[in-house]
Amino acid sequence: MEEREGEVRWDGLCSRDAASRAAALDNIGQTVLRRSETIAPLAAVPLNRAADGLLVPAARDGLSEVLARLLMLSKRCPFPDVREKSEAILSRVQELGIRIPRPLGHGPSRFIPEKETIQVGNEDAMMHALFADSFTTLGRLDNVTLVMVFHPQYLESFLKTQHYLLQMDGPLPLHYRHYIGIMAAARHQCSYLVNLHVNDFLHVGGDPKWLNGLENAPQKLQNLGELNKMLAHRPWLITKEHIEQLLKTEENSWSLAELIHAVVLLTHYHSLASFTFGCGISPEIDCEGGHTFRPPSVSNYCICDITNGYHGVDEIHTSPTGSIPSTESVCEVEALMEKMKQLQECRDEEEASQEEMATRFEREKRESMFVCSSEDEESAPTRDVSRHFEDTSYGYKDFSRHGMHVPTFRVQDYSWEDHGYSLVNRLYPDVGQLLDEKFHIAYNLTYNTMAMHKDVDTSMLRRAIWNYIHCMFGIRYDDYDYGEINQLLDRSFKVYIKTVVCTPEKTTKRMYDSFWRQFEHSEKVHVNLLLVEARMQAELLYALRAITRYMT
Amino acid sequence: MEKMARVTTALGGNALTGRTMFCHLDAPANAISVCRDAAQVVVAGRNIFKIYSIEEDQFVEKLNLRVGRKPSLNFSCADVVWHQMDENLLATAATNGVVVTWNLGKPSRNKQDQLFTEHKRTVNKVCFHPTEVYMLLSGSQDGYMKCFDLRKKDSVSTFSGQSESVRDVQFSIRDYFTFAATFENGNVQLWDIRRPDRYERMFTAHNGPVFCCDWHPEDRGWLATGGRDKMVKVWDMNTTRAKEIYCVQTIASVARVKWRPECKHHIATCSMMVDHNIYVWDVRRPFIPSAMFEEHKDVTTGIVWRHLHDPYFLLSGSKDSTLYQHIFKDASQPIDRANPEGLCYSLYGDLAFAAKESLISSDSNRKPYIGDRRHPIFFKRKLDPTEQFEYISSSSALSVFETDVESGSMDWFVHTAKQYALAGRPLAELCDHNAKVAKGLDRNQVAQTWTMLRIIYSSLGTVSSTNLNHSMGKGSAALPLMNSFNLKDIPSGLGSESRLDRSKGESRTENILMDSSSTLINNEDNEETEGSDVPADYLLGDVEADEDDLYMMDHENPHAEEQEYSLPQEAFPLRHEIVDNPSALDHLQDKADSPHVSGNEAETVSLTPVESFSLISISHSLYENRLPSDFFNPIVRDTLLFYAEQGDVQTAVSVLIVLGDRIRKEIDEQTQEHWYTSYIDLLQRFQLWNISNEVIKLSTCRAINCLNQASTTLHVNCSNCKRPMSNRGWICDRCRQCASMCAVCHHVVKGLFVWCQGCSHGGHLQHIMKWLETSSHCPAGCGHLCEYT
Repeated sequence: MEEREGEVRWDGLCSRDAASRAAALDNIGQTVLRRSETIAPLAAVPLNRAADGLLVPAARDGLSEVLARLLMLSKRCPFPDVREKSEAILSRVQELGIRIPRPLGHGPSRFIPEKETIQVGNEDAMMHALFADSFTTLGRLDNVTLVMVFHPQYLESFLKTQHYLLQMDGPLPLHYRHYIGIMAAARHQCSYLVNLHVNDFLHVGGDPKWLNGLENAPQKLQNLGELNKMLAHRPWLITKEHIEQLLKTEENSWSLAELIHAVVLLTHYHSLASFTFGCGISPEIDCEGGHTFRPPSVSNYCICDITNGYHGVDEIHTSPTGSIPSTESVCEVEALMEKMKQLQECRDEEEASQEEMATRFEREKRESMFVCSSEDEESAPTRDVSRHFEDTSYGYKDFSRHGMHVPTFRVQDYSWEDHGYSLVNRLYPDVGQLLDEKFHIAYNLTYNTMAMHKDVDTSMLRRAIWNYIHCMFGIRYDDYDYGEINQLLDRSFKVYIKTVVCTPEKTTKRMYDSFWRQFEHSEKVHVNLLLVEARMQAELLYALRAITRYMT
Repeated sequence: MEKMARVTTALGGNALTGRTMFCHLDAPANAISVCRDAAQVVVAGRNIFKIYSIEEDQFVEKLNLRVGRKPSLNFSCADVVWHQMDENLLATAATNGVVVTWNLGKPSRNKQDQLFTEHKRTVNKVCFHPTEVYMLLSGSQDGYMKCFDLRKKDSVSTFSGQSESVRDVQFSIRDYFTFAATFENGNVQLWDIRRPDRYERMFTAHNGPVFCCDWHPEDRGWLATGGRDKMVKVWDMNTTRAKEIYCVQTIASVARVKWRPECKHHIATCSMMVDHNIYVWDVRRPFIPSAMFEEHKDVTTGIVWRHLHDPYFLLSGSKDSTLYQHIFKDASQPIDRANPEGLCYSLYGDLAFAAKESLISSDSNRKPYIGDRRHPIFFKRKLDPTEQFEYISSSSALSVFETDVESGSMDWFVHTAKQYALAGRPLAELCDHNAKVAKGLDRNQVAQTWTMLRIIYSSLGTVSSTNLNHSMGKGSAALPLMNSFNLKDIPSGLGSESRLDRSKGESRTENILMDSSSTLINNEDNEETEGSDVPADYLLGDVEADEDDLYMMDHENPHAEEQEYSLPQEAFPLRHEIVDNPSALDHLQDKADSPHVSGNEAETVSLTPVESFSLISISHSLYENRLPSDFFNPIVRDTLLFYAEQGDVQTAVSVLIVLGDRIRKEIDEQTQEHWYTSYIDLLQRFQLWNISNEVIKLSTCRAINCLNQASTTLHVNCSNCKRPMSNRGWICDRCRQCASMCAVCHHVVKGLFVWCQGCSHGGHLQHIMKWLETSSHCPAGCGHLCEYT
């Protein structure tokens, strides 16, 4: 049998039927071993050498990719049978004297210690169902899923929406969808998402040439570049003229339905990029940077860990539930709760004048502009993601600092529930419903806990976060007192929010650790979900308003 | 002006007059409301709050209530309402959650009267009590409704909906104490104003937010609701459970509903997004609006009937910053533009025709033609005597024309479909079988075609292979495959001469084939031009033995025929292989609207094959020095086109399937697809599901093939908790029980589950079938006499 790349077939693994999975795995196992055997003899004395750790590198004819994938399966497949078997295959390959990869990094997130996350295999029934769903539809269980599973209720809705956007009926062809995902993720230099979707893009038969840069993609997609840029960084500048341009250029014009699909995809991936950086998602095991063929070195951590200040020793200190919390941070939670209580109580008494309210919004808007990360660390772009986007200089500009005066967006005049939903559902049926559910779950998700305290009504805090994000995009709620934000969100938290939402690529572990030190990781992930959804809604509102204006 | 005269009397000498007119506002309006005497209207929005008086032919600005230097958010109104008892009293709901009342009797410029800042979120709606002067109700985004007594500083009572934001509140007109509230989650609640602790009644009215509601001004138990799900529903609240009595489907989410005064069944609606028109519906006729106002350029945000008892004047405000007065006689009536006739063919050739009664009766004196068995059925709606005017003549007539039993019978189609064999046997057998079927139904021409196909495609292969091996003698010892071949079926075109020639020896086969093919061509031409049935009573004396030889299989050379064998198809395969074909659905969508095959289309078929298909290459090589069967392909193609054009797509598709790769590349994909879809459509209309599925499976078109891969999901509910089972079909996540147990073997059924619709017990298909052989009672012992079809 020849070694053709296509010979290793992974499709069977995505079955829910254990028997067909087993058959597929046997098949893979045989192929891999056969191919390994052809390499093994090259090193004439493999077995003795193996002891010295000098194994034959497997980096030829794609075998290493196969092995990496097997490694991923052995760690991340929700089905125990697959995990065991792929592990067995790997160890047999190793016996043949071929170097096998090992995972780099520590679990799905660089910010969250691996032991705090849900381990594949230890999940409960509901989580398992979600994992299995994710695995059977995507063929993998990605790190985003593993982190989001802290909140299974949300994850379910998230996966459903993403599946619908990428794989179900829709106006855009499949490879376009992934390409748009790449375009959107690349705006934030999110190599994690770009890598994932490059693979998917090729898998659905996309033209590899497009990946050399946007200028190699069809004109139609190039036209979308401008909208992508603005949506990602300054959505308030989108006008109906931009929409008109996309819809009216004769040859490569978009239809309204396609445009809605594209806009939903763009916003989805912009905000997902925020999540990826906000939670410090590690590269997938089978992607670049997720595994290594090097044997474990003397020092037990690798370079990327150092750059993130992630040391085995450090762990104790940074762990939020660690045993030696400083007294200061204990007070943090109590102080926050106290403030919430105060606001709740005195709300009826204290009557701010209308002018006062208006200025509070302006002030918050202005202040949000000064909140910026003091540490301007350059994140190291791993893959040459920059190919996928042009005009690197175009970034988030503070809403209020911007030269010309942009009128405040009033939610009461154009809200998601009343207007956005109807428009999306009209042009891209069912997606409105799915997004609505997702926003709803994200906004209302609560376990009534705060750090170690139970039975807390967190709605005020959640609303403050949500409105703060919208405030950064210039969206105003008439019925909200923006003074509350100042009371509830402290500076380090604001820095984190602003960085994740506006310039996610600059997020660092230090920022993640320095806010809300007493809180659980799951609560920080919860915050990230709010950020993701609020950002997505803000972008959508601007884009949809422009489309509505175009239509009338 | 007969109508006007009537209005005049209705209003007691206080007639409204006017025309369709509008005025520009400075800013988009959010809501409007009229004064009791119908002479003034108030317009409120984020940046506007003005009162206009309605003159004979224009709006005149009377008062600007937005005073003060700094615009306060209190002026930014989401809703406005004018008291129907006191013409100096107004209330507005501000977007910042404040409820404001205004007293026009105040001498100062600022008419603001009272300020209630109790709501935490935007107030969506305010509503005055219809008979009580000082009672005001508000509904807010924070999920609370509050009742205010205007003589006090604070709210009298607070009602908690416990279910998300309140979108609308309306006092009932009949019951002094009742009001209705609608919510963002689709619920409608009825409250008693005296009992703030709990709602009286709650029901789910819509899927998604309910934006508005309106009590019927006369029919007292009726409540109309409109929601984001694009529906307007009318509920009868007199019964203990709210009953949906009418439902109107609109094209966009419904922002406002308002019953039309004096017209029991009419209701005006406007939408939240996309659609700018105002519609007036007759709720009994939910498919077409009875009137439509198309003046606005942006979404209409507020509608109100100008006077409580006048159905002809409608006021509306819009985001396009205009205020309109619409006059009913200027409304466009979509019914005028609708097609008043309907025509439909039934499966068996009957024709139904529906039209306005007047149209039918006018030509009733025409002579009925022979064979016209007309069964006129008349549907007449009784006119409602209380209805003052009737825009739509709502009586129509339906006539059904039956065709002759003999000529229109489609029995042959059903029989043919059921009896044809399409796969699973060698080509020759299939052709012969199908020829016999056609013959049995007196369709001689089709039978001829099948026979000829057998000769063209099947005999060639065998003859050549036997020739190559010089194994005639040996071959004759082999078992003839077609013992029952009927000589009568030999087409006339194959003259006895060629037959005889062939029997003489192998050396001349080439020429003979040439001959026979040429005669074949002639024959086909005849058929096509005349379309006549060729009498098939030929008997060819002594060639019988040779005939058998012709259809022999050579055991040493089975290549050509072996391709034909495949495992017998089971009628109901448990699982078919899923071909992962992501583009298939898209593909399907593209083609879905392409018209079915018709005569014209068949002519446009291009001769060049669209794609090159891999032929059975092995059999090809065998013919190298002979006339390839491809030679006949153009003729066969023409035959198929001919049949399709005649409307007999059945034959065309059957031949296409039986011949498979031999002919496929000759006909372009599009045409094939049309044939398939037409045939499948026909089969499904005759409810021949199994056959249609077989055809889908056997088809080689990708677009057709994926038809039975779409929507293959079957949703099951758990038999215990009645909730959907998400993961596996046989175990319920919630009650952790196996839902579908076999009543016979008491094991879990994971595959085909069959159950009785009467008692809902069931089990493995096999087990139940076995059981029913011996007993007709339910195996579960419930005593039900199970019925299975």
